[in-house]
Amino acid sequence: MSSDHAAVDHAADIDKHVKIYITVFVALMALTIITVAISRLHLPVHQAVTIALIVAVIKGSLVAGFFMHLISEKKLIYAVLALTVAFFIVLLFVPMLTHNNGFWIH
Amino acid sequence: MEIPYTVEVRRDTGLTNGKIGIWLFLASEVMLFGALFASYILIRTGMPVWPRGDTILNVPLATFNTIVLISSSVTMVMAWASLKRNRFGTFRVYLGSTVLLGGVFLLVKYFEYSHKFENGLFPRTSNFLALYFTLTGLHMLHVIGGMAVNAYLWGPGAKLWKTNPEWFTNRVENSGLFWHFVDLVWIFLFPTLYLL
Repeated sequence: MSSDHAAVDHAADIDKHVKIYITVFVALMALTIITVAISRLHLPVHQAVTIALIVAVIKGSLVAGFFMHLISEKKLIYAVLALTVAFFIVLLFVPMLTHNNGFWIH
Repeated sequence: MEIPYTVEVRRDTGLTNGKIGIWLFLASEVMLFGALFASYILIRTGMPVWPRGDTILNVPLATFNTIVLISSSVTMVMAWASLKRNRFGTFRVYLGSTVLLGGVFLLVKYFEYSHKFENGLFPRTSNFLALYFTLTGLHMLHVIGGMAVNAYLWGPGAKLWKTNPEWFTNRVENSGLFWHFVDLVWIFLFPTLYLL
């Protein structure tokens, strides 16, 4: 019962995928160079962090979306990841509420 | 007794059990590294002064390592694609390259660490270094783990291709998901520690 098997990609589909992988690879290389170049500008900390995070999120999304095939995954995986992201955000920011003088110390 | 849903998908989830399993494991790994990133944020924002990464660490070397790891992610996904195209020889080349690139990454980290130790810089020296060694050390352990699984799939594990090629392909895909995650963590670690 081929309908029960995990989606069988035909040769032509894989060729399309391979083209995408190469494109993503080039994009990741470019973004790596960009993020290092921007760091050499020695921007003020808040700006530097924001830009570095934006670039990292773009790179991470490319890896997750295309290499990990998240862009075409099933609902259950999306649900698991949505829950993970929610807890991750809590994990990352709630500890900062423990600072005595506000969210963070300047 | 056969392991179920290694190739057939479950009606209710639409996925093989292996795929669900690896994604759940990766979710737990997000918590693990997330906790350490949160510690980094908490410690750094709690200190009046924090050294910029490039004043202590070797940025060109780490940039090279970033390129190495990204390349290994490409070879990993190409290894899986080769199996989908029924090209076992090409698969071996790509997966072997993935393991080798992982080895290059480890070699560079060895040089980085030993250079620090030779100059009397240890985890106990400062908060920055404590976080640097802990974060990159844990990441390095994950690189080693991923390399071990990939080496198995390249070597003795590849026997499965002859008897159940679809199952073997799924195993390679799931191992690839772990390897891409290791790359994903480094994509965030690199700017955090080295560039900011």
